[in-house]
Amino acid sequence: MTTRLGILRDSEQKMPDVTFTVDGKKLTAPAGTLLIDACRKAGIEIPAFCYYPGLSLQAACRMCVVRQEKVPKLQTACTTMVAEGQSFITESEEIAAARKGTIELLLGNHPLDCPVCDAGGECELQDMNFKYGAGESLYTEAKRHRDEQQWSPAVFYDRPRCILCYRCTRICGEGMDVWALGIENRNASSVIAPNLGNRLDCEQCGMCIDICPVGALTSGAYRYKTRPWEMNHVSTVCTHCGDGCKVTLGIRTSTEGAEIIRGDNRDKSGINNDFLCAKGRFGFDFVDHPDRLTKPLVRNSAGTLEPATWEHALRIAATKLKEIRDTRSGAAIGVIGSNRTTNEENYLLQKFARTVLGTNNIDHERTTDYAAFARALAGHPGKTATLREIGRAPAILLIGGDPTNEHPLLAWQIRTNVRLNRARLYIANSKPIKLDRQAKATQEIPAGGYKNLAEFLDSGQSDFSKAVLAEESLIVIFGEEFRSAAVDELVAWGLKRGNIRFAYLGDHSNSRGAADMGLFPDLLPGYVPVTAPGAFAEYPNLPSTHGRTLPQMFEAAANGELGALFVVGANPISRLELDPEALRDTLVIVQDLFLTETAALADVVLPAASLYEKSGTVTNSFGDVQLARKAADRPGVRPDFEILVRLAGAMGVDVKTLVPFAHGSVTGDLGQSRGAQAGEADRHSVWLEANGLEPKLSPFDSLALLDEIQRLVPGYAPSESFDRFSLFAGNDVPSELGNSPGFVPISTLRGPDLIAPNHDGLFTSATLGRYCRGLTELEQHQETVKEAVAAAD
Amino acid sequence: MKPGVASIFSPTLAARFDVLVEKYPVKRSALIPMLLYAQDEAGYLSEAVIAEIARRLSLTELEVRNVASYYSMLRFKPAGRYNIQVCTNICCMLKGAYDVLDRFREELHIDPNGTTPDGLFSLEEVECIGACCWGPAIQVNYDFHDEIKPDHVPGIVGGYRGKAQAEGKK
Repeated sequence: MTTRLGILRDSEQKMPDVTFTVDGKKLTAPAGTLLIDACRKAGIEIPAFCYYPGLSLQAACRMCVVRQEKVPKLQTACTTMVAEGQSFITESEEIAAARKGTIELLLGNHPLDCPVCDAGGECELQDMNFKYGAGESLYTEAKRHRDEQQWSPAVFYDRPRCILCYRCTRICGEGMDVWALGIENRNASSVIAPNLGNRLDCEQCGMCIDICPVGALTSGAYRYKTRPWEMNHVSTVCTHCGDGCKVTLGIRTSTEGAEIIRGDNRDKSGINNDFLCAKGRFGFDFVDHPDRLTKPLVRNSAGTLEPATWEHALRIAATKLKEIRDTRSGAAIGVIGSNRTTNEENYLLQKFARTVLGTNNIDHERTTDYAAFARALAGHPGKTATLREIGRAPAILLIGGDPTNEHPLLAWQIRTNVRLNRARLYIANSKPIKLDRQAKATQEIPAGGYKNLAEFLDSGQSDFSKAVLAEESLIVIFGEEFRSAAVDELVAWGLKRGNIRFAYLGDHSNSRGAADMGLFPDLLPGYVPVTAPGAFAEYPNLPSTHGRTLPQMFEAAANGELGALFVVGANPISRLELDPEALRDTLVIVQDLFLTETAALADVVLPAASLYEKSGTVTNSFGDVQLARKAADRPGVRPDFEILVRLAGAMGVDVKTLVPFAHGSVTGDLGQSRGAQAGEADRHSVWLEANGLEPKLSPFDSLALLDEIQRLVPGYAPSESFDRFSLFAGNDVPSELGNSPGFVPISTLRGPDLIAPNHDGLFTSATLGRYCRGLTELEQHQETVKEAVAAAD
Repeated sequence: MKPGVASIFSPTLAARFDVLVEKYPVKRSALIPMLLYAQDEAGYLSEAVIAEIARRLSLTELEVRNVASYYSMLRFKPAGRYNIQVCTNICCMLKGAYDVLDRFREELHIDPNGTTPDGLFSLEEVECIGACCWGPAIQVNYDFHDEIKPDHVPGIVGGYRGKAQAEGKK
C-alpha cells in the first residue's frame, strides 16, 4: 500500500503538467496527480471520508465520486489520476444523489446520538449529511447496536458510530509504524479491532482519535466533557519534549479562570503536521493538579513554609537578595534557570542575574551540550537543519538516541520522509531501535564507540560508510552521546565534507532556548563569552569573569560561600541527585509549578505559570523558534517573567533598564549605561522604529524583550527567514546557530559531568511528568499489557 | 519458521507450510491456504494456530485475525468432528432445505451452530455451496450429499457415526 502511494508521489514529482477541465474550469497539474488533490489545490472541494493526504489510498467510502467525460460510471476522485484533456463534473444532481445514497447506507447502523457525541459539531459525517440531506431513509430496520469498548485509558471505540474509513488503521500502521489497529469481520459486521482483542498495545499517541472523521474513536481525557463549540481553541507549543509540536488546547471558562479541556492537533498548521504524541495530547492535566502551587510560600520562624501574599513574599525575597548582594557581593548568589520557560524569561533571568544581582553564577540543568555545538558551528551559518528540512531531506544519518521514544516528532518526520519521499535513512547506534525498520542501512556501534564514528565513516571500509559517503547531501542527527570535544570533531568532519548539515538533540521544550539565551556561567545570550571584550556593553555592571556552574554552586553552598540560590523552574535536587544538606545555610528562592524536592527546601516559593498559561517564544532542539500563546488561566500563579520583573522592582531597580516598555521608553532606556553609545539616542527605540515595531506598554509583556533578543542575539536577528510576521502568525522560524561569534573554548568550565540527559520516554517528562495523571495512567496501562503479552508467550 | 521454535502442527503439515511460505513472491499470499489447512488439522483457528501462522508469515496476529474473520468458513471455536453444513439458499430452500435442516436438529438434538455433547457432530446453516441443480444439498466436512430428503437424514448421521466408531477401533 505504501508503495502504491510512493509511486504516485514519485510520478507527481517527475511528470509534466497536463491540462484538464473540472466543472468548466481549466486546471493544470502534473500528470498522475490525484484528481481530489488537484481539485482541492484549485479550491474545488470534493468530499471524502477515507481519503487522507499522505496515507495510502483506500477508496472505501464512495463519497468522492465524480462524473468523468466518456466514462460510463461515476469515478472516485481519490483514485483517478489526471491526464491531458480529461473533463470532470464534481457537483451535479446525479452526483449529489450518489453521495446521498452513500450517506444513507453509512447511516444504516450509525446511531443518531449526535447530541451526546463528542464529535457532534466537528463531525464530517454530520457536515456531509447537512450538505447532501440524507435526513430521511428508506431503511426501516432496527439499527444494530453494539456496546462501546475501552481499549486503553486514552482510546474508546464506539462500534456503531464507525463508518469504516480505515483512516485510523492507516495512520497507526503507515504513519506511526505501530500497526495496532485492524478490521475484523466483513461488511455490515466489520469493526475496527485493536491488537490485543479488546485492548490496545501501542504508543498511545491518540492519532487515531484525531483522524477519526466521526465520533467512533474518542479520547479518554476529553469524552463527554464539553461540546466543541463551547471551547476556545488556542494553538500553542507543547511544554514537554524538545521537538516543539504545535498543540491546540481547548479552553473553557471555569470558576477559576480558564481550564484546559482538551489537547489535540486541530489545525495541523504546525511543524508537526498531522502528528501529536501522547504527551502533547494528554499531558496537559498537570495544570489543575491538586498539588499545584497557587499561593506564594514563605518559611516562617518555626521553619515551615506557610502561604503568604505576593507582596510579602516578593518583599522578603527582594530584601534578602539585596542584602546578600550588598554585603557579600553578587558572587555569593547563584541562579539556576529552566528548560521549560520561554526565551524571553530565560533572557530576562540572565539579565537580572548579571545586571541586578551582579553575578555570572547562572546555569541550567543541561541536557545536551549546545554550547559545544554552537562553538563548533561558529562562523558557519546555514549548517543546522530544521525539523521541516529533516522531513524532506534526501538522506539522513541518525547517530545514537532513540527518537521514537525520546523525540517522537523527529521519528515521525523521518518515517514520513522515508515513506513518502523515499529518503535514505542511515542509522548508527549501539542498540537496535524502532526506526531501524525504515533504515536503508544500519551500523552497530560498540558501546562508547561513537567518538570514532567520523573516522569509521571516512575509512570507507564498510558498505555502510560507503553508502553514507556517496550521499550528495546529508543531514546528521545526533544527541547527548556527543559532548564537548566529540561534538567539535563530528561537526568539523561534516564541515570539511561540505554537504552536511546537523541537528543536535536536547531534552525539553526550551532546553535549546535556555542555552541560546545564555543561561551559562561563561556565556552570554548567543553564546558570547562573558570574557569577550566589549560584550554586551549596554549591560550595566556586567561582571567580566565567568561564574559558577550548577554543581559548583552546590559545592560553594556546602562550603558556605553561597549566600543565596535563586531557582527558576528547575529541580536540581531530585534530578541531579544533589545533596540537600549543601543548601543548609543558603537562602533558597524557588519559582515553580509544584513543591518539588528543591522547592521544599526553599525559604520563599513563588508559584509560577506553566507554558500553557503565558505567552512567549520557545526554541526547539532544531533551532526552530515558535510562539507559545497563553491558553489557560489560573488564579494565584504568575508567569516567571512577571515574577522576575516584580522581584527586580521590589529590589528597587528601575525595571525599564530590564524591560524596555512604554512608548517613549527613552526615559527608561536612555543608553547612558552603554559605554560607547552613552548620550546617543536610545538604540533600542531606534532599532524598534527601523524595524517597524512598537514599544510595549506593559512591563510584564514578555515580548518587549523579544525585540531586545533580536537586537542582541545574533542567531535571532531579523532576517528573511526569521520573520516576525511569520512567527506571530503561528509559524516556526529558524534561528541561526552559525551566526554566533567564534570564541575560545573554556575547557575548565565544561566537561561531560555537566550534561545530564533525562531520557524521557513516551509518557514521562522529568519532574513535570509526575504531575501528568493521564500520562501515568497510560504508562501503567502499557506496563500491564506488556506483562499480559509476555505471560501469553 | 525460526529453527528451535516448536510447531504445534504435525510434521507433515509443518513441512507443507515451510514450502508454502516460500512459494509466493510475497509471503502473506500463503495466509489463506495456511489457515484452511491449519483448520482442517486443528479443527479451528485457536490462539496458538493464529500465533504460529503469524510467526511463519512475519505478520502480526492482528493481521491474521483480520483476514480470518472475513471468511465464514474459518472458525475460531471448535466444531464437531463432522461439521454438517446445510445450504438454505434459494434453490435448496425451494426444494425443502428447511425440512432437512429441521430433521437434522431433531436427529442431533442441537440447533444450528451447536455441537453434540460427544463432539461428533456440529450443525451449520450456510449460504450457497454450489450444488443448486441437486438441491437440497449439504456438505459434511469435504463430502457432498445432494438431493436430500428429510428421511435421508438418519441414514447420513448413522453413516458418520459408524465411520467414527470404525476409525476409533483402529
